[in-house]
Amino acid sequence: MAMREKRWRDRLEPVDRSSRSTLVALVLACATLITLDHVGGALDPARRAVGEFVGPAEDAANGVVAPFEAVPRWFHTRSSLEDRVTALKAENALLRQQVATTALDRNRLAEYDGLAATASTVRHTLVPAHVIAHGPAQSFSQTVTIDAGTAAGVHADLTVLNNDGLVGRVISATRSTATVLLLLDRDSVVGGRLGSSMEVGFLQGRGQLSGDATLDLKLLDGAFIANKGDTAVTFGSEDGAPYIAGVPIGKVTAVYSSPRETSRRVEIKPFVDFTALDLVGVAVPSGTRSDRGLVKPGQSAAKEAGR
Amino acid sequence: MSLVRGFLALLLLLVAVLLQVTFFPHVAWHGVVPDLALLVVVAAGLTRGPQFAAVLGFTGGLLLDLAPPADHYAGRWALALVVVGFVVGRIRPPGQGSRPEPVMVVAAAAAASFLGTSLFALSGLVLQDPVVSVPDMLQVILVALVWDVLLTPLLVPPMMLLFRRTEPARVSLA
Repeated sequence: MAMREKRWRDRLEPVDRSSRSTLVALVLACATLITLDHVGGALDPARRAVGEFVGPAEDAANGVVAPFEAVPRWFHTRSSLEDRVTALKAENALLRQQVATTALDRNRLAEYDGLAATASTVRHTLVPAHVIAHGPAQSFSQTVTIDAGTAAGVHADLTVLNNDGLVGRVISATRSTATVLLLLDRDSVVGGRLGSSMEVGFLQGRGQLSGDATLDLKLLDGAFIANKGDTAVTFGSEDGAPYIAGVPIGKVTAVYSSPRETSRRVEIKPFVDFTALDLVGVAVPSGTRSDRGLVKPGQSAAKEAGR
Repeated sequence: MSLVRGFLALLLLLVAVLLQVTFFPHVAWHGVVPDLALLVVVAAGLTRGPQFAAVLGFTGGLLLDLAPPADHYAGRWALALVVVGFVVGRIRPPGQGSRPEPVMVVAAAAAASFLGTSLFALSGLVLQDPVVSVPDMLQVILVALVWDVLLTPLLVPPMMLLFRRTEPARVSLA
């Protein structure tokens, strides 16, 4: 063992004084450099100087290296190139479609956000649904079809709303669709209440479906004069059917009084834009079984309700 | 003459560093490239001894520390390569013109790669330069080791020949 060690030692370079002192000097130099850089800033000029020199050299080297680096790319078969063209075309089409539908997607997202907020506000579980068909004006009724039916827990006499306010109520439902009678319809009568004075009345549609369609509010107290800009909300029915309480309907825009009638007619502009209906929510009792995700009121709203 | 030799060594280092940052990233495995500068220092150590290799290691390390993509504290690679150069220089077989066996060259390169990358990583740990976990570090060190061992038979013998050709007559110390 000792002999082997000795032989191994003999094979090693004898270390002379100068190379050892060189090592110490270099290690100290390294430590100095690290310290200087650690303290900060002192080596920036050196770094920049080296960069000024090495940067162009790297650029040139990259130019020399690029052809070699590209060698594997020359060996492509025709079929693999065709495959790539097909794949890229498909990707292109997909991306183009995405670009084209970005605005729609963004609006949809905003609507879902609004619906979730509405669920919290009215403290009701909502079934999200899209309007898929509008009834024609020739039928003289304002109805729409939504893509949620009994399978989603929707049945007749449920409140339909969106993130702006009350839309209407469900009048019939199939397995996968439901028909909604809009507020604007002549047959639609909703019990409402003015927010500032708690005066009650009935809101009736006028059978128009245009951007500036309005509702008539007939107040029970004929002597009361409504204020312009006052908000009407639903006062609700027994068991929340057909209308749940506290859903905003619209704003008072004009007040008419005629001596012929015992009550005053108040004109209400609905908050909902009926010409651009898309995502709506159907208020269902909690615990409803549904084939889709329900929009539930948020944690904070539930807490407030419990208080 | 010694100026020309020094310039030649510097040129070799520069080419090594340039290849390391321009060509090898295209063939890198998990982003790890072979340490060409380290192999230059190994070749120098095996032919020219600890003093020359340490100085060359310092120069090459400094180049790696200051050349553009680098953003670590300057001096870390220099420290690692100085130690590598010195250690490899120490295992050089004594005597003018004596050649190490091929197995020894590969073993020296492997040991140098492990030592150099570990030293660099350890200095990073101490300085908390980039904070990297030890398992990640070990993986990088091992991949670099494999790279260096693979390239050693191709690159180190020609470089050793070059260093031997440019070596001034050695004074025997025995």
